[in-house]
Amino acid sequence: MSAVANPTRAAREDTPRSSQAGAPVVRLHDVHKSFGALKVLDGVSLDVGPGEIAAIIGQSGSGKSTALRCINALETIQQGTIHVCGHAIHDPGLDRRALRRDVGIVFQSYNLFPHLTAEQNIMLAPTCVKGMTKAQARDLARAVLSHVGLAEKAEHYPEQLSGGQQQRVAIARSLAMRPKLMLFDEVTSALDPQLTGEVLKVMENLAREGMTMILVTHEMAFARKVASKVVYMHRGRVWETGTGAMLDDPQTPELRAFIGNGL
Amino acid sequence: MSYQFDFAALLPYWPEFVRGLWLTLQLSAMATVLGFIVGTLCAIGRADGPPAVKWAVAAYVEVIRNTPLLVQIFLVYFGIATLGIRIGANTAAVAALVVNVGAYTCEIVRAGLESVHKAQLEAADCLGLSRVQTYWHVVLRPAVERVYPALTSQYVLLMLASSITSQISAEELTAVANRVQSDTFRSFETYIVVGLLYLLLSFVVRIAFWLVGLGVFVRRRKLGTAL
Repeated sequence: MSAVANPTRAAREDTPRSSQAGAPVVRLHDVHKSFGALKVLDGVSLDVGPGEIAAIIGQSGSGKSTALRCINALETIQQGTIHVCGHAIHDPGLDRRALRRDVGIVFQSYNLFPHLTAEQNIMLAPTCVKGMTKAQARDLARAVLSHVGLAEKAEHYPEQLSGGQQQRVAIARSLAMRPKLMLFDEVTSALDPQLTGEVLKVMENLAREGMTMILVTHEMAFARKVASKVVYMHRGRVWETGTGAMLDDPQTPELRAFIGNGL
Repeated sequence: MSYQFDFAALLPYWPEFVRGLWLTLQLSAMATVLGFIVGTLCAIGRADGPPAVKWAVAAYVEVIRNTPLLVQIFLVYFGIATLGIRIGANTAAVAALVVNVGAYTCEIVRAGLESVHKAQLEAADCLGLSRVQTYWHVVLRPAVERVYPALTSQYVLLMLASSITSQISAEELTAVANRVQSDTFRSFETYIVVGLLYLLLSFVVRIAFWLVGLGVFVRRRKLGTAL
């Protein structure tokens, strides 16, 4: 096999799953963000260490998706600092292209390019951004596609794939850039339970391989099982943080109510 | 009806008709390719350019769409001559047609660009593609694909409108017809023949666009979706 056989880089068994170990991959400090008069993030601080799986949960409108988008410089913030893989996101002079090499993101609506096959979707960024040859990129695409269990769908167009398959291709497309950090923005919200299951399985494998991940999710069972850190957001703030066990023993009435409604 | 048709009178002129036909095809092909490039660049400028570019493109499009093609042709032909640049009638004809069809193309392609979802741009951005790369690989092909039928009609119209360039003595099909009918006094027959030849040309243009579409829009071909 080629050098791209394990597209998510070698598993980092030596990295303990704890925010205390090593410099954090992501650090938000007192982040404020408003859309006009609407305050969406109201002083969010959050650390995610290498190899950690952070699950952000909360009601719609709690600011969880906005927080994730701020981490990837898709929104500008009004106050506070964000550091991601050594990049200062709040700095107006941020080198976005350098950031893009380190961070991958997967969206709720997949956002595959409809006129390209699964394989071409994946090949695009490695050829455009990393200057790979078509042949190298194709090998890479095949490797990441088999990683998400879709090797036989390489030649299919997005419209020929189910929602779950499209989302797995989208994950593979991000993995092909070998990010240090993966962001997942409600990636299963548009899928039925069975398709959700196949996408979550891919994400669980990634977690096991040591990928640092931040996911905004409504899948409580998944958060409890896989996340090393669960972050409950409420009214634009980090309301409660803990391990998966926190969901069984909520400390605040808001989280108790949220879990009561959510499960 | 007492009119006696005499198509035989036109027979000696067939090489001229062929030459006119060929020139019409050449003028149209050049104006199509250049007009598409001009129009697409204008569409990108209007959709995504700095304010000055947006304003300039909007002015160009509105001026062209609200003045007669014949006037535009005269303006280009005599205007360029006034500037002291000598170009042939055929070149001036192509230039005028490009200026004209560029404006219409701009509006059609802009509709296509706007139909591409913002999330697509965001996905490309997050993968690290530059703006130029995003336009080239992610935006342009789906945008043009969506408006391709409208573009085809516009370029058939362009080919037909090229007949007006006979007014500045471009040697295309209608100019040939004008000369033949004044030689033979067989006006009705001449324009029947020319009309049929334009029908044939329209058919050729549509076939050409269909073939180009098959080549460029691979997904449509593979999935068997009609253009």
